[in-house]
Amino acid sequence: MYNINAIRLDFPALHQQVYNHPLVYLDNAATTQKPKIVIDTLLEYYNKQNSNIHRGVHYLSQQATTAYEEARKTIQIFINAEHSHEIIFTRGTTESINLVASSFGKQFLKAGDEVLITAMEHHSNIVPWQLACEERQTKLKVIPIANNGELLINDIDKLLSKKTKIVAVTHISNALGTINPIKEIIKKAHQQNIPVLIDGAQALPHIKIDVQELDCDFYCFSGHKMYAPMGVGILYGKEKWLEELPPYQGGGEMIENVTFDKTTYNELPYKFEAGTPNVGDGLGLAAAIKYMNTIGLGNINSYELSLLDYATKKLKKIEGLRIIGEAHEKAGVISFIIKNIHPSDIGTILDKLGIAVRTGHHCAQPIMDFYKIPGTVRASFALYNTFEEIDIFVEGIIKAKKMLE
Amino acid sequence: MKIEKIEKEIISEFENFDDWIDKYNHIIEFGKSLQPIDEKYKTDSYVITGCQSKVWLHATFNEGKIFFEADSDAIITKGIVGLLIRVLSNQSPDDIIKAKLEFIEKVGLHEHLSPTRSNGLTSMLKQMKLYALAFKTKLSQNQ
Repeated sequence: MYNINAIRLDFPALHQQVYNHPLVYLDNAATTQKPKIVIDTLLEYYNKQNSNIHRGVHYLSQQATTAYEEARKTIQIFINAEHSHEIIFTRGTTESINLVASSFGKQFLKAGDEVLITAMEHHSNIVPWQLACEERQTKLKVIPIANNGELLINDIDKLLSKKTKIVAVTHISNALGTINPIKEIIKKAHQQNIPVLIDGAQALPHIKIDVQELDCDFYCFSGHKMYAPMGVGILYGKEKWLEELPPYQGGGEMIENVTFDKTTYNELPYKFEAGTPNVGDGLGLAAAIKYMNTIGLGNINSYELSLLDYATKKLKKIEGLRIIGEAHEKAGVISFIIKNIHPSDIGTILDKLGIAVRTGHHCAQPIMDFYKIPGTVRASFALYNTFEEIDIFVEGIIKAKKMLE
Repeated sequence: MKIEKIEKEIISEFENFDDWIDKYNHIIEFGKSLQPIDEKYKTDSYVITGCQSKVWLHATFNEGKIFFEADSDAIITKGIVGLLIRVLSNQSPDDIIKAKLEFIEKVGLHEHLSPTRSNGLTSMLKQMKLYALAFKTKLSQNQ
């Protein structure tokens, strides 16, 4: 039994009025609200444990260090990484991808090489590669998508070649909701010894991730989209790749020995964690994972899919409404447009009704260009959304449509 | 008509509305009635960059007054843009530069002009004032 009422009580931010309406929060693909246990973890850390880690001999420093390294272990177990030193703390998915694009680029990309991405990437899995490619005269190649928002998977064989040095693919599209067949993509790339990076920002909150089963080389995600604080994220990398990549940033914590002639670098994971880490938010991320585990990812997933199914059916009944992204395998994201109405107008009216959605290009402009639309309205679900909220949302759209037509 | 007077007129129009729906319906109607901009100005060189909807703005200067025309692909934006034009068009550069535009807050539309909203309206207002400054500079150079 999925106890939605109890779950909602865990999230203080859900219980508020917006313009005299109870808040209906459907912008979870942008960021989720935080359960009390995560907020309390931050309070507890700053009230009692706060200290700089790894360098101190004193009591608090050791407490903080232990807690931080336990958090790393919690994350390792959550995604089933082989080693805890394969878990690198970052600021979020964007920084994780930038780290790999920059360090991998320096070490492995040269003129004439190719990097393969897809047409449904978030800007944060496009621009870091463009930067790396520009620097090293490398070419960026793109796997196209079909009208229903699925990857044209057969095109991968044509696009993979001896020139391809890395493949970077989103697990779940933030704009379309498409779940990509990453296992198949990884297999195809590995047959030619090409490593694969997965942008998992939208996947972690919804589906169980096992990096060893996927056999991906890098997997990136953000805390704030999975009930954890903003400003913390993870780069998972296979040990052999992380060993081979040069450091991303220099500073304290990432060194073994510094002289003015030569600096040697610390071992994994510290080689990639220059400077004072974001300890509190790291602990918050571990708390969020524990929270998700108590509900169970399988339960979360099936509940969210029933929300998606319910919302999709209801939305399809609205005349002139077109869902953008109708892949067979989808996560709890619905993007849509309504004939002759600008998405931002719908968003403005929904906001006045207390309904939070995202409108615009969702940092995925190439997708909007592909569909030749200025943007979409996007509703994205989390483990705490209800069927009643979807009813309110659908009524809101009908109201907005009436006003705007 | 002076800027302040038009502002007062708009404020009293909005006072008739009890709730936000009526207010927005009025803005939407106003957007629909806005005189269409010449198609040749609906190009990227006249676009005011905002994150979400597109706004095209063009200005002409005639006998000491500036005349604005604009359009947007979003109707609420177009309505608000229309209100700005109603206030600032057919005014002198000096008056436009000085205009405080308190009506925006008084009719409850300030949220649309806050820099936290990426709808380009703040840039739109800035652009209108820049036009005024440019025409003023040009005028003083010619004298």
